[in-house]
Amino acid sequence: MTPENLIWISLLLPLLAVVLIYLFGAIPNVREACTIMVSIVLFAANCQLAATVFDGGRPTFELGEMLPGFDIAFTVEPLGMLFALVASGLWILTTIYAIGYMRGHHEINQTRFFACFALAIFAALAAAYAKNLFTLFVAYEVMTISTYPLVTHHGDEKAKQGGRVYLGILLSTSIAFFMFAIIWTNEVAGTLDFVKGGILTQPAIDGKISNNELAVLLGLFAFGIGKAALMPFHRWLPAAMVAPTPVSALLHAVAVVKVGVFSILKVTVYIFGTELIQTTSIGSAFSQVGMSDWLCYLAAASILIGSIVAMQKDNLKARLAYSTVSQLAYITLGAALATQSSVIGGGMHIVMHAVGKITLFFCAGAIYVGAHKANISDMRGLGRAMPWTFGAFLLASLSIIGLPPGGGSWSKFFLAMGTYESGHTWLMATLMISSLLNIAYLIPIPIRAFMTPKGEQPMAYQEAPMMCVVPLCITAVGSVVLMFFADGIYHVLLPIVTP
Amino acid sequence: METHLPILLIAVPLVAAPLMVLIGNRTLVMILSIAVAWSVFAIAVGLMGQVLEPGNGVIEYALGDWPSPYGIVYRIDSFNAFVMLFVSALGAIVLTYAPVSIDQQIPRSKHYLFYTSYLLCLTGLLGMCVTGDLFNVFVFLEISSLSSYALISLGKNRRAPLAAFQYLILGTIGATFFLLGIGLLYQITGTLNMADIADRLAIANTPRAQLVAFAFMTVGLCIKMAVFPLHTWLPNAYTYAPSVVTSFIAATATKVSVYAFARLVFTIYTPKFAFETLPLGEVLTVFALVGIFVASGAAIYQYNVKRLLAYSSVAQIGYMLLGISLATELGLSAGIVHMFNHALIKGGLFMVVGCFALRIGSVRIGDLCGAAKTMPWTSFAWVVGGLGLIGVPLTAGFVSKWMLLKATMEQGRWPVAVLMLISSLLAVVYVWKVVEALYFSEPSEKAKHAKEAPALMLVPTYLVIGLTILFGCWSVFSAGLANEAAKALLMTSMGGAP
Repeated sequence: MTPENLIWISLLLPLLAVVLIYLFGAIPNVREACTIMVSIVLFAANCQLAATVFDGGRPTFELGEMLPGFDIAFTVEPLGMLFALVASGLWILTTIYAIGYMRGHHEINQTRFFACFALAIFAALAAAYAKNLFTLFVAYEVMTISTYPLVTHHGDEKAKQGGRVYLGILLSTSIAFFMFAIIWTNEVAGTLDFVKGGILTQPAIDGKISNNELAVLLGLFAFGIGKAALMPFHRWLPAAMVAPTPVSALLHAVAVVKVGVFSILKVTVYIFGTELIQTTSIGSAFSQVGMSDWLCYLAAASILIGSIVAMQKDNLKARLAYSTVSQLAYITLGAALATQSSVIGGGMHIVMHAVGKITLFFCAGAIYVGAHKANISDMRGLGRAMPWTFGAFLLASLSIIGLPPGGGSWSKFFLAMGTYESGHTWLMATLMISSLLNIAYLIPIPIRAFMTPKGEQPMAYQEAPMMCVVPLCITAVGSVVLMFFADGIYHVLLPIVTP
Repeated sequence: METHLPILLIAVPLVAAPLMVLIGNRTLVMILSIAVAWSVFAIAVGLMGQVLEPGNGVIEYALGDWPSPYGIVYRIDSFNAFVMLFVSALGAIVLTYAPVSIDQQIPRSKHYLFYTSYLLCLTGLLGMCVTGDLFNVFVFLEISSLSSYALISLGKNRRAPLAAFQYLILGTIGATFFLLGIGLLYQITGTLNMADIADRLAIANTPRAQLVAFAFMTVGLCIKMAVFPLHTWLPNAYTYAPSVVTSFIAATATKVSVYAFARLVFTIYTPKFAFETLPLGEVLTVFALVGIFVASGAAIYQYNVKRLLAYSSVAQIGYMLLGISLATELGLSAGIVHMFNHALIKGGLFMVVGCFALRIGSVRIGDLCGAAKTMPWTSFAWVVGGLGLIGVPLTAGFVSKWMLLKATMEQGRWPVAVLMLISSLLAVVYVWKVVEALYFSEPSEKAKHAKEAPALMLVPTYLVIGLTILFGCWSVFSAGLANEAAKALLMTSMGGAP
């Protein structure tokens, strides 16, 4: 099969899953079997596609004009390929996990749930493959809408409030800032295609856009892509935690938020170009600062504040949500620094954080299914009853913190290199402090769980169903295995930043 | 036969309308009217095909073979062909949807009158588009207006006649202003043929009379378009009219007035006169933006879904005017494509509301609470249509918003672009208010016992809602036609031979 065909096939597969899910909605076993089959085929197709892309191929598939002058077109490059691989690979595990979770929980409207899930995966893939900003934007919005029914799945007052914040922030930032930035870019550059080295360099030389305007445009993108959860537009992410845990796991640790930071990376690499960001400075004649410096500081602040807020949360999912806010800002920081190492570190962190954070969410869900506990303070001693879950939690925590043998240690290493390369050495201190904070809010959870205080009876709970526990063990092992494959990811991402 | 399509477009419904009174039998009238409405649509499609034929461009049809400018001519280019296409399409779809709905809302003895007025209204609207004679525009304007007053007053609510009367007063003032303008133009040029007026105005040396005529006609049409602050008739009329009537009028009437206004500015007068001699661009931009904000804001606070949509219509007219006020090809395309898209979206949404009204017996948000459980299809149609109104990608509303934004940015008017984007967020609030009520609230007593709307209404509703998605994904068609229309309109204003 040619790579060109693989593109549309892998876009069509999740849509096929939607159809199948509705078709077999009445027979849950068949419905779920279809989802799993499709997700496996999808992953296989993505792997085959990856073989071409990582060899230097750039397969392209053009669907055609949607608006006069604006095409829906797809080109697969390494960053997008990596993201697509992560999303489609984790979809298989999440589906298995979701079966255990949703049935263990007797959730209603499971057909709608699985269908919207598949739709969100479709949007994630379309965004990953996008050839131009227009396609990316369309996919981005489809994702917002398709995940709304998932966030509000329970249909109660709390879900309504959460959904309101979710939709309110994501839609308004994307319409008010993102769309505006895209049209502005189109006006200045005359194209929206992702081109290596950026499309704004020439217009900047020609004087079509001033340095200050470039900084404003970067800001519109950074805030407009609300899914990256850069403070102060991060509130939707904790709000989205009202969703069932599989949604929080795949969508709000992997697909949705990663589409956000992925888009920011894409914009800095393929729209601005790292060189332009590095060399452009703004300010008066007396004091000049780099055009993206403010974004670096904001991302650094987001990293620290996110971690500090996470420490104060007793609800496990809320703590993980703020942890995600903080970790996403790492990737935004990588994009804002715009050096070779920082961009690679950012791209790598997409993968590492995805695998680590999905494990943590799986664990949170498994604890909820097995022991009906959502608050950390109630989990004391639970580790004896649920050793696999808490063991996985510990491994994944190491990866999020950035300690060996967790894969996250490499991505954080490259990001730290980036701060040095760009001359913002003191930002490295932020990264280190944040890692300490990560330890402070993640490690006590498994430790407390395993250490039963003397004189207390071990709790009489047991592990969640196999369908829940097996996927989370696989991802936990994955987060460690990735440590040894960081080299591969590095070489895959290198072509996007070398001239 | 093919050469006579322009006159058939008018003659068929115009002759059919009084026939309905003579026939009087409810079922027969219903079947005949629906057949007539669909054949009118077929004629409009045929005309569109003829206009788009390469090398054709403009069709002129002289009534009774009196050569222009002495006789009345029907003159069709890609602009009015496009408007007629969607007006007749919605006219036909809404009428197909009508029978069940009016059975509940209009006494059976008056059904034949409803069909008669409906067909007359359709005739009037199409007539305003097709004709190339200015006085003829006025005649058709009055035909459509008078029949719409009658249609609105058919509403069951006791306030319907009052709303119709309110509209009648304002509508008549508007039409009279329009007529005064025509009179002045006739005095200056001695002709009523639009193209001829345009030619003679160019050499006429009567600046003050031209200005006065332009002012009268603009204000008159602004009333009919419901431009803020001349919109006061619209919310009551839309709210108290029968559901079917609201769907039809909301989808078509104001758009046809916008069409007439664009003709006035670009074909009869010149953009140079309107936008350079007069500050029409600035004035329209300001009124459009203020109108968008005020009306969207008002929509947020409505408890009646029909009134909510009515205020939203006032806001949406603002977007069309914004496009026209830019006076560029892109801006005009955006305005015109929004006429089309909004006709579909608002027509579809009012049809959804009609389904609720039928089954729940009320359109207050409080009574619609929890209706998603008992009326899932209807509720979902609201969500899809609402997304279109907000302008989410892959819906028709996105196309207009994108094009309008691009047109304003092309002109470097970024403050307008920013305000426009912010205003579109207000739509999120008022659309989602209803979505939340439908899906997340405890079912109201009325909604609990409601049944899903009948297929006879759901199918046409979904047809329109589906079209909003179709033209959101495949907007090259709609945007392409709008672009052709904009070109045609700008060509007439270049003084080029029509």
